[in-house]
Amino acid sequence: MAGDGTPVVELRDIVKTFGRVVALSGVSMSVRAGEVMCLLGDNGAGKSTLIKILSGVFPPTKGEVRLRGEPVTFASPRDAQQRGIATVHQHLAIQPLMSVSRNFFLGREPTIGWGPLKRFDVGTARRVAVEEMARMGIDIRDPDQAVGTMSGGERQCVAISRAVYFGAEVLILDEPTAALGVRQAGTVLRYVAQARARGLAVILITHNVHHAYPVGDAFTILRRGSSYGTFRKSDVSREEVLGMMSGTEELDALESELEEFARSDRDEAARGGGGGARTGGGGVTG
Amino acid sequence: MGPPASSSSTSSDERLRRVGFVSRFLSRPETGAVAGALVIFTFFSIVAGDKGFLEPLGIRTWLQVSAQLGIIGLGATLLMIGGQFDLSVGSMIAAAGMMFLMPVVHFGWPIWLALLVTFLFAGLVGLINGTIVNRTGLPSFIVTLAFLYVLRGLTLGVTRAVTGTTQVSVRSFIGTVEGVVTGADARAVLKDNVFGQLFSFEFLGLPASVWWWVGLTIVASYVLLRTSFGNWIFAVGGNPEAARNSGVPVEFVRVVLFMGTATCATILALLQVFDLGSADVTRGMLKEFEAIIVAVIGGTLLTGGYGTVVGAVFGALIFGMTSQGIFIARWNTDWFRVFLGALLLVAVIFNNYIRKRATEAK
Repeated sequence: MAGDGTPVVELRDIVKTFGRVVALSGVSMSVRAGEVMCLLGDNGAGKSTLIKILSGVFPPTKGEVRLRGEPVTFASPRDAQQRGIATVHQHLAIQPLMSVSRNFFLGREPTIGWGPLKRFDVGTARRVAVEEMARMGIDIRDPDQAVGTMSGGERQCVAISRAVYFGAEVLILDEPTAALGVRQAGTVLRYVAQARARGLAVILITHNVHHAYPVGDAFTILRRGSSYGTFRKSDVSREEVLGMMSGTEELDALESELEEFARSDRDEAARGGGGGARTGGGGVTG
Repeated sequence: MGPPASSSSTSSDERLRRVGFVSRFLSRPETGAVAGALVIFTFFSIVAGDKGFLEPLGIRTWLQVSAQLGIIGLGATLLMIGGQFDLSVGSMIAAAGMMFLMPVVHFGWPIWLALLVTFLFAGLVGLINGTIVNRTGLPSFIVTLAFLYVLRGLTLGVTRAVTGTTQVSVRSFIGTVEGVVTGADARAVLKDNVFGQLFSFEFLGLPASVWWWVGLTIVASYVLLRTSFGNWIFAVGGNPEAARNSGVPVEFVRVVLFMGTATCATILALLQVFDLGSADVTRGMLKEFEAIIVAVIGGTLLTGGYGTVVGAVFGALIFGMTSQGIFIARWNTDWFRVFLGALLLVAVIFNNYIRKRATEAK
């Protein structure tokens, strides 16, 4: 653990371009141990690009990634993983047709034996999978059960507890609640809080403020490839976060536009809905 | 085999519904093939048992046919679980047979050297197939279909250029070197070699192909279920992107699997060469599809990520028993293909049902 002051992970002036497209233009962010940093932004804000840089999928065009104060470059996702950065992807790194225990250890199978007789330690894999899931508060009935039979929230739990078990110091969750119902999303947020309680630095990516606000300690808001700033929870309200995410001006414009709709509906109803020509009272300019 | 049953440590959980033996059996991928093989065995035992189906020679015949298909079926099964197809298997059989026998007969290579070069060639073909699939992202169906033609054409072209014919026989070799001998004696030359013994021995009255099949099945099943690599095969076939995110070397796994299918084809080719004493450019026609059929009847999903080696064994048995059973029963063998097509369809429908049970039931 990188105790006290030093952030576990820090991004400095990250720029990422794909050909002529600028996906990120100078984003900075830092996360400490035992802290949940929510990375908020609308679709296309650059959240996924930032996460791919953090998890070693590709390097930034410019800028620096620091891990425990040291500048690093990740050779591959596996490299990032070995340095303690675990990413739970939007499209889960989970195989629905494989069993819980096989999924749990995918890519890092425990082995016994030596040389050509080195083999997958199935017994250990089963036992550990059940134990670790139990520590996160999920009681799996059968470690041989295919993950496809579990609920969306439970699947996330497999991925999260796997990351925690393998000694991740940084846990990146990419839209973990996007495809979930209200109750399931609540379950997942509880695991996020659990992971924080166990001393992980958590980066939670979402575009849902209502999921981010209860669990987040700080919020970094991305808009169209650049950072709008990082705010501590004590400094902002949920509405302010929402406003910054989509841009207050835009929200205000949307609000007045919707009012126009409502008024023209009322007018029409008052006129009796007959064949009367509609005079442009509710002319909505797009 | 398949993923083993639940451990005793969790069986005390009251929420763990008592799943009956039948229900557990039904949700395993190889179930259909085991049941099918039993039905077919019983059927031919009744209608052709007195005509030789159950006699040692009859059993030997259908076991050998099953073994030959089973060997390439194993490679196809692992590859299909890994999410890919290899349509170049049939052409590889002809190419590997030629690759081995032509240098021995026409250039006088020692058998060990020809074997070594043939297996290296198989590895190379697998490497090329796998690398092209990895690099281009094209469906392996297309890539290996191209190699179905390329390999067949190369074999034909090179063989004709070197020998002037389309067949290389050990008989011609003996004829030129040691004077006139019969075909049976000529084959003995191949079989007397220490390395030649590997592909031509008999044990307990069963030919080498059956023992190779048994051995390769054990190895393949062990790799699939009890090694890290086996876990990666499932993952690469189920969801390659997710596998990559988990740190599985997806490209490496694919290349090894393609090398596996080419190697299985080579082993079959060598078994045939030693059995018949000849190599022929037309050998292995349609075998690529039969290998896939064996895998599918064995319960492996066409879409990858799910399947068993044991299922493929029973798939091959179904194939072997039926083709030879019809022959032994002295029925018109024309109908075999009709049966095979129908069986394939039933197997796929059944597999889909099993997969639904495995992923949705509870």
